[in-house]
Amino acid sequence: MTAGLMSDIYMFVLAILVGYEVITKVPSTLHTPLMSASNAIHGIVIIGAVVTASQARTDAGYVLAFVAAFFAGMNVVGGYGLTDRMLQMFRKRPEPVSHDGKKELS
Amino acid sequence: MNAVTIAVDLAYLLAALGFVVALHLMNSPATARKGSRLSWLGMIVAVSAALTSVIHDATITTTGWVVLSVGGVGGAAVGLVMARRVKMTDVPQVVSIFNAVGGGAAALVAAGDFVRLAGGGGISSRVMIATVLDIIIGPVTFSGSLIAAGKLQGWVDSRPVVFPGARLATAAVTLVGVGGGCYLLAGNDSTWIVILVVCAALAFGVTMTMPIGGADMPVVVALLNSFTGIAVAIAGFVINNGGLIIGGALVGASGGILTVLMAQAMNRSVLSVMMGGFGTGDRGPAGAGAGAGAGAGGAGIRRISAEDAAIQLAYASKVAIVPGYGLAAAQAQHEAAQLAELIGEHATVFFAIHPVAGRMPGHMNVLLAEANVPYTELKEMDAANLEFPTVDVALVVGANDVTNPAARRPGNSVSGMPILNVDQAKSVIVIKRSMGHGYAGIDNELYTDPKTGMFFSDAKAGLAEIIASVKALVAS
Repeated sequence: MTAGLMSDIYMFVLAILVGYEVITKVPSTLHTPLMSASNAIHGIVIIGAVVTASQARTDAGYVLAFVAAFFAGMNVVGGYGLTDRMLQMFRKRPEPVSHDGKKELS
Repeated sequence: MNAVTIAVDLAYLLAALGFVVALHLMNSPATARKGSRLSWLGMIVAVSAALTSVIHDATITTTGWVVLSVGGVGGAAVGLVMARRVKMTDVPQVVSIFNAVGGGAAALVAAGDFVRLAGGGGISSRVMIATVLDIIIGPVTFSGSLIAAGKLQGWVDSRPVVFPGARLATAAVTLVGVGGGCYLLAGNDSTWIVILVVCAALAFGVTMTMPIGGADMPVVVALLNSFTGIAVAIAGFVINNGGLIIGGALVGASGGILTVLMAQAMNRSVLSVMMGGFGTGDRGPAGAGAGAGAGAGGAGIRRISAEDAAIQLAYASKVAIVPGYGLAAAQAQHEAAQLAELIGEHATVFFAIHPVAGRMPGHMNVLLAEANVPYTELKEMDAANLEFPTVDVALVVGANDVTNPAARRPGNSVSGMPILNVDQAKSVIVIKRSMGHGYAGIDNELYTDPKTGMFFSDAKAGLAEIIASVKALVAS
């Protein structure tokens, strides 16, 4: 077992713990955007696609790299796009006061 | 280690930091959007670092560049269109598809690494273990998520699909997958065996997801999200990249937590959900026997009309709306929001939202946010339960088991399930198509409570009728 593998495992386990800590605090109101945001974060696999493309030398390698890049690009851009679109809908109180009944009761 | 390598590694660290802080900012709707943008920034840093590293090493061929940029940009364009165009009711499908492609990409990265090294016998056992794990988990996530998306979209039967020999087929593909994996681990770097394992894993994803019912989709989508995270982290082990390991692990943890939370909220174990065969399709209990129910369950219930409901709502000073799966299925969120705004002119209104309302974790909140309900009016289960004793009228729309007070008593099928204490409100109105049972298959004691009025109607039509009646009352 190499030192590199050990540090990778450390990183993996600690990241899971950090993720657990941070995510248990997210209210259920935001669970869908959270899932979409984490969806976007696993789009980091695009780095993997970059590495695969950089090492490809055969036809099979190029095909794999192409599909990987396509999937990862879709994942990362789609994930962030959708998360942002959902989050911008969460607003406090609509500014315009409803047309009738304005200050009627005061 | 030269300067560029160090800079690249530091950039990955920075990106990882961005992801963690971004997830932390998701703990409030006020800061969540900032978090999402920070996460995007982290992603840009990470991708720039990866490209810098590739350019610096100068290993990539021209064909490699073309493949990478055409594939990446093409995929990005498709993803962007999907994210922009999707209707909020269809978000679970799209999230499932992004899970699928994420898992698929992770498997392809591992496979790409394998293809490059295969035949030379030079694959270290560490890389081989990670590769085998990835070509199993990745394809399972890919096909499983696509089936889940198909079920949510209605392209695949959302009822549990169980065919004779299904268990046997699952066992067979498991055996092939595990057997092939072991053969590879034994030091045989055969591409054919890799293809065989990938096919077995794809088949497993299908046989795993087909028997799961539509109502269990929140658990399944969360679980597949977790799988994707793990697949990406393992791809990080294959290509020895910390960015992938940390990013993947964060998602694995997040999906895992949501899976457990969802299963708890439905009072089921994750295992029993995965065993499948439970529940029915989307419109099962809500649609089955509409109309028949009112007669059958007539004893002990009080039927009311839209006008009765409107009078109660018009004179209440605190109203809780309890939207359930039925409201999402009937796409009645806009009517619910409109009614809330109408009542909000003279009373305090809030939505009491159970964690499993909707088709994925937290989905109901997104639907209501889209219908312009401010998030300050969206209350989580615990916060809502503190309010119920002071609520004048609780309006339950398309929610059943999650409001059954029997859950607080031991000895029945909903015992111990976290519920909304709707029965503590001063009066209750239930909009429901029939007296049909929820997924738990038992009577809801709330319906026979003397203070409960049952308004038998479809969620969308019923809310529209109540809105019209309230408007007539307010105008007169």
